[in-house]
Amino acid sequence: MSPDNAEQQATEVLERVVIRFAGDSGDGMQLVGDRFTDVSAAFGNDLATLPDYPAEIRAPAGTIAGVSSFQVHIAGRDIVTPGDAPNLLVAMNPAALKANINDLMPGGAIIANSDAFETRNLDKAGYLGNPLEDGSLSAYRLYSIPMTSLTLEAAKGTGAKPRDAERSKNFFALGLIAWMYTRPTEAITGWIAEKFGKNQIVHDANVAALKAGYNFGETAEIFEHAYTVPSAHLPAGRYRNITGNLATAYGLIAAGHQAKLPLFLASYPITPASDILHELSKHKRFGIRTVQAEDEISAAGMAIGAAYAGHLAVTTTSGPGVDLKSEAMGLAVSIELPLLLIDVQRGGPSTGLPTKTEQADLMLAMYGRHGEAPLPIVAAYSPSHCFDAVLEGARIALKYQTPVMILTDGYLANGSEPWLLPAAADLPDISVKFQTEPNGTGPDGEPKYMPYLRDPITLARPWAIPGTPGLMHRVGGIEKQDVTGNINYEPSNHEKMTHLRAAKIAGIANDIPPLAVDDPSGEAELLVLGWGSTWGAIQAGARRLRADGVNVAHAHLMHLNPFPANLGEVLAKYPKVLIPEMNLGQLSRLVRAEYLVDAKSLTKVQGLPFRAAEIEAKMLEMING
Amino acid sequence: MAEPVTLSRKDFSSDQEVRWCPGCGDYSVLTAVQLLLPEIGILPQNQVFVSGIGCSSRFPYYMNTYGVHSIHGRAPAFATGIAAARPDLDVWVVTGDGDGLSIGGNHLIHALRRNINITILMFNNQIYGLTKGQYSPTSEVGKVTKSTPFGSIDHPFNPISVALGAEASFVARTHDMDRKHMTEVFRRANAHQGASFVEIYQNCNVFNDGAFDAVVAKDSRADMLIDLHHGEKIVFGADGEHGVMLDEFGEAHVVSVADVGLEKILVHDEQRPEPSLAFALSRLASGPYEPTPVGIFRAIQRPSYEIELSRQLAAVQERGGAPDLDGLLGSGNVWEVV
Ligand code: SF4
Repeated sequence: MSPDNAEQQATEVLERVVIRFAGDSGDGMQLVGDRFTDVSAAFGNDLATLPDYPAEIRAPAGTIAGVSSFQVHIAGRDIVTPGDAPNLLVAMNPAALKANINDLMPGGAIIANSDAFETRNLDKAGYLGNPLEDGSLSAYRLYSIPMTSLTLEAAKGTGAKPRDAERSKNFFALGLIAWMYTRPTEAITGWIAEKFGKNQIVHDANVAALKAGYNFGETAEIFEHAYTVPSAHLPAGRYRNITGNLATAYGLIAAGHQAKLPLFLASYPITPASDILHELSKHKRFGIRTVQAEDEISAAGMAIGAAYAGHLAVTTTSGPGVDLKSEAMGLAVSIELPLLLIDVQRGGPSTGLPTKTEQADLMLAMYGRHGEAPLPIVAAYSPSHCFDAVLEGARIALKYQTPVMILTDGYLANGSEPWLLPAAADLPDISVKFQTEPNGTGPDGEPKYMPYLRDPITLARPWAIPGTPGLMHRVGGIEKQDVTGNINYEPSNHEKMTHLRAAKIAGIANDIPPLAVDDPSGEAELLVLGWGSTWGAIQAGARRLRADGVNVAHAHLMHLNPFPANLGEVLAKYPKVLIPEMNLGQLSRLVRAEYLVDAKSLTKVQGLPFRAAEIEAKMLEMING
Repeated sequence: MAEPVTLSRKDFSSDQEVRWCPGCGDYSVLTAVQLLLPEIGILPQNQVFVSGIGCSSRFPYYMNTYGVHSIHGRAPAFATGIAAARPDLDVWVVTGDGDGLSIGGNHLIHALRRNINITILMFNNQIYGLTKGQYSPTSEVGKVTKSTPFGSIDHPFNPISVALGAEASFVARTHDMDRKHMTEVFRRANAHQGASFVEIYQNCNVFNDGAFDAVVAKDSRADMLIDLHHGEKIVFGADGEHGVMLDEFGEAHVVSVADVGLEKILVHDEQRPEPSLAFALSRLASGPYEPTPVGIFRAIQRPSYEIELSRQLAAVQERGGAPDLDGLLGSGNVWEVV
């Protein structure tokens, strides 16, 4: 059981480590990853996480398809990605080993649950022999530990039946890893008490397994020492760890608060967006009305209805749901009401890869409605940035009386990072005034409400809500007469309205911050332009090159429609432009069409985020090419 | 919400020219609603009319109230959003047989199931009018239209049966030839707390003229319309000579009162908690060519969605105290970096 490589130092301080917990879907790997992340965050590490799990709720046990994993990158300095390659792989069964071994860093460590490496499981994973014993893993530091039997042993006396006690083995693994990286376990036992307090036996078995794992590390003498990852020097302030979906939900609550409007969410369950519905449903204290609609179309319809009625209305979904909502979004564009559509993108087309990430809905957001139906698009670039993206989307929606699409993705939704807590008092005031008086004169000379009389600067139409005396009016999808909003089919009026709707959205470019460029030397020839969740990988790649003295510039778009007003200027400054995207080049096509620049595209559609190294390699190729 | 203001039809009529075909049944429904609203006394600014797509869905444009002319079939969804967000408003849905039962069938049944407080007026003319005459989900089998030159082979929906199947808490039928009947049915439907469903037999004189003549024409009514009254025996005919009786399977049949005796005749009970009796009545006629019940099939009380939603919010707010955004953002494991 001793590792092949015994030439380690007695103590070791690591600047950073990437750990991947991998096991069967039923092995509780997401839970273990979450707990480890939490204690590391509380310990003061900077971190980033990447969960990866199958779409099936009960994928066949022991198979590669059923493997669930959770990667966490912890560091003593600021980091921007969950790490390219793990330094340590925890493999709870042969399938988990097989599915993940190719990602492990050369010389990395494997902690394997040797009890699970029996014939049946080896067969299911497609191994001919036992990799723990046949020397095939000699390039790694291998620790084979009979976690199942040690857990069963530890749980004796808790009253747990063996079959149940066995399920605590994930806590054994967690305990062991906690020891290895000198994490305190109190927070974990506290969490177990909170979660399983009602079931004494399960509680006791989990605690026993956790302790057994920890003590095993200390006493078994197979590990030379534990590691420490010192706390990071993050900017001062209060932090919490946050996933993108939670940040999105909090962003919505904050947006309602800052808009002084009740929040209304109508949503239909869909992976990976459902957590936003779950979260908002909890916070009724904030006066949030959540409705689980009968389908995606209805969810959009309900949200538009609530917007008409004067609420800050939201519908959340993923790609397939956006398809279904398209017609309703067209109506929202036509009747010019504030609405947020949040698309947590996943792999497509069709059902695609429900639990995997992709950013291939950009064109759908831009053009996925019939007719000329422009709407603003805001994209989040990191888990915590989802909070800011939602607030910004809400600001635009309210100020310009328009539906706004907010794009996040599966990686942001489930990934997490420390978040410097904003103070509510520092958040922008995004409130708007309802129309309460007639703003025009009818043919009879009487004061009359003109629902399409626009603000001369923003071109937004007024928002008069039911219950307001004297402002009764009808809105609908038929073309409206400019100013009066009456049904109108005249050719010149339709042309005018089409241009007005386009100009309103285009004009938002003057009301968003110019695109900032990260180009420390000011001498870079290559600009990497990104959007959405590729931010971390691009940043990490750029930082690595700069550390080697290579200049590269990075700019990241939060506003995809309209683009920031200075985007053309920024692009013109750099002879070479690279656009990495988790699609087949959607932003790159938009940018090429709009600015006639020869932007190069780097694409990846594997359901997984870019690795920094992939982007780094492409940057180098372009710089040297 | 009623306020001591005298309202008239004018207060509920918009300045838009009504553009249905001359002679269309929609006119009389519009008149009935515009005459009823001043009586109900809810101010125009507190009324919202929501429609989908189709001839009848132009209705909101003619009402001087708030209104949304939404997308095909989705009016119940839009109305649900409005009513769930703002329980203080009086929300109506105007839909048709194509809009409500074909493209929007899902939203209709779920709005009824959810029992959101909206009043749904479903104009049934058994044809697609706006698209110029294709058969609809309520058209009879064999109907020859532009899209069914050899006759329709689709089995039609019975809208009342569909609504009862969705366990709607208020289900009624009326027709465009009798304003008084319409007015009373609409009044009850609007007063009902929860989702109310009203099927209106409406004549499309351009594409399906006279579809309901066999039952609604003045001289046919006595023998062909069975006017339901809560707590009363279900009899019809000029002299009350026809009646409705249940058989041993719970199925309803038209019988001669003289043959079976008045005591065997069914007493209508719109308040039965189970929809079975109302459903049996809805099956009496397989189309508007047999004696057809009109009036209120079902009117029961059950919690309505927006009230329950508000109740949950109020309960949590009472327990949890004032919302605290900083407290929320900083919940969970928070650490300090100095
Ligand atoms: S087509 Fe028929 S339903 Fe439509 S307006 Fe004309 S008569 Fe009325």
